[in-house]
Amino acid sequence: MKRVYAKEEVCAGCKLCEVHCIVAHSQYPNDVVKAFKKGVPPLSRVIVEENRPVSFALQCRHCDDAPCTKACITGAMHRDPKTGIVINDEERCVGCWTCILACPFGAVQRDETGKKAASKCDLCSNGDGVPACVANCPNDALIFEERE
Amino acid sequence: MDYVIIGNSAAAVGAVEGIRQVDREGRITVISDEPYHTYSRPLISYWLAGKVAEDKMIFRKENFYENNNVNPMLGSRVRRIDFAGRKAELEDGTVVPYKRLLVAAGGKPVIPPVDGLDKKGVFTFTKLNDVKEIKHAAAAGKRKAVVIGAGLIGLKAAEALNKLGVDVTVVELANRILPVILDDEAGQMVQGYLEEAGIKFILNNSVSKVSGDAEVTGVTLRDDTVINCEMLVVAIGVKPNTGLVEGRVSVNRGILVNEKMETSLDGVYAAGDVSEGFDIISGTNRVLPLLPNAYLQGETAGRNMAGVETIFNGGLAMNAIGFGDLPMLTAGIVKPDSEEFEILVNANPETCSYRKIILKDNRIVGYILLNKVDRAGILTGLIREKADITPFKERLMSPGFGYVDFPEPDRKARLSGGAVQ
Repeated sequence: MKRVYAKEEVCAGCKLCEVHCIVAHSQYPNDVVKAFKKGVPPLSRVIVEENRPVSFALQCRHCDDAPCTKACITGAMHRDPKTGIVINDEERCVGCWTCILACPFGAVQRDETGKKAASKCDLCSNGDGVPACVANCPNDALIFEERE
Repeated sequence: MDYVIIGNSAAAVGAVEGIRQVDREGRITVISDEPYHTYSRPLISYWLAGKVAEDKMIFRKENFYENNNVNPMLGSRVRRIDFAGRKAELEDGTVVPYKRLLVAAGGKPVIPPVDGLDKKGVFTFTKLNDVKEIKHAAAAGKRKAVVIGAGLIGLKAAEALNKLGVDVTVVELANRILPVILDDEAGQMVQGYLEEAGIKFILNNSVSKVSGDAEVTGVTLRDDTVINCEMLVVAIGVKPNTGLVEGRVSVNRGILVNEKMETSLDGVYAAGDVSEGFDIISGTNRVLPLLPNAYLQGETAGRNMAGVETIFNGGLAMNAIGFGDLPMLTAGIVKPDSEEFEILVNANPETCSYRKIILKDNRIVGYILLNKVDRAGILTGLIREKADITPFKERLMSPGFGYVDFPEPDRKARLSGGAVQ
């Protein structure tokens, strides 16, 4: 399956990926201003790690053998059998954070902006193909491709 | 191929999914004495507190049995297993033959040797029916409870009862709450937090007597303290529910299994809280009654039962638990008892924040994180890998510790593959 990979050599650490991730997962996916100004914006599901001059974006790796899905106490964290994308069903998630304990990439975050729920990259599966972080990176520091 | 699975919780679900990764055709029968669809045991305290509705407790979707072509025999109890004839005999007389059997019968509450625990108003706290009875009692006006045991189960019970407006006192034998997953300092912080929420604690003590005629009216502690109560929750731990196999397969504390979840008897497997499998930290077999471990063991068992050799590297003690808005994540050794361990610790009692990492020979063997728990899984992964942390040791205690702190080639190798290596 296609996943997002970072090229840290060309990442400027601008965090536009985080901005566009927030917008894409807000109630106003087509309006940056409203996404931030109306209500509480969601967490970014992509994490920019930074220790100047090194920076790169990191998000869920959608592991073939995803430890988060196997550790989940409610069954909310699951793999979509058709797409292979690892998704959290926020309605069933109780925010126990066992997935945070289990994810070796540190790619799951606590979202306490509304009902407590684990927040993670869903590869913008509600969108039209290319994840928002990849589509909006000004330096092409994120690539969406299939690798062995 | 006929598969029979005794049990219907995480290990059983893992086994069904493991079998179906390999064998779409074989007949799978799941037998459970509980009459419910797959439900999440840890959610019973959430249900009692009114945070989760019963229909949201299911661990897999409604169509789980149908989609996986499973025959669920729910509300049925196995009376005995005919290991020579490879048949499970149910209490209603039904006989279910198998080629491969998985015993995933879970654990049962440990009941201390105290007189009077058969009175009305005494509860355990491991199954949905337990909390249904407790909710019924609370709804009938019971307002004062004692919980025996300040472990994970006891404290989740106490928190839920407190939320229902019940006056709760927790009695714990050890010198701190959550003695298995926290050290003294972290235990004190969490205790303070729970006391602010209204829960009372009595440590270094135990219940020696239960008073009341038919119904519990109070308890007497070993130092003669008397506490009046109308409900008593026994939560001092669980032990493997090995009754069905004793005398036929090797049992220590739990059913002994190898890295393929095979027991000592051909064709018979065990997984989850009933089993005693390899623990990567101690390097020995150990009962690890934890849901993630149960699922992984069950999945491993299922794949092997279906004929694809699959190895489980071993369980790791790890726990995620939270009270109110205070989360805590712990793994591995949390309170080392010898000089060969190195301890890194940062504590801030004001904010209930705690970060403790335990090293041995520059390898992480355990941690406790309170409050600032983000990205803990990176540490868990390093424990599992037994990775040498020397290159980023001075960064480990930063709450922002991440892959940016790894040497570049190592980081790139880890992040470019896309899957857990």
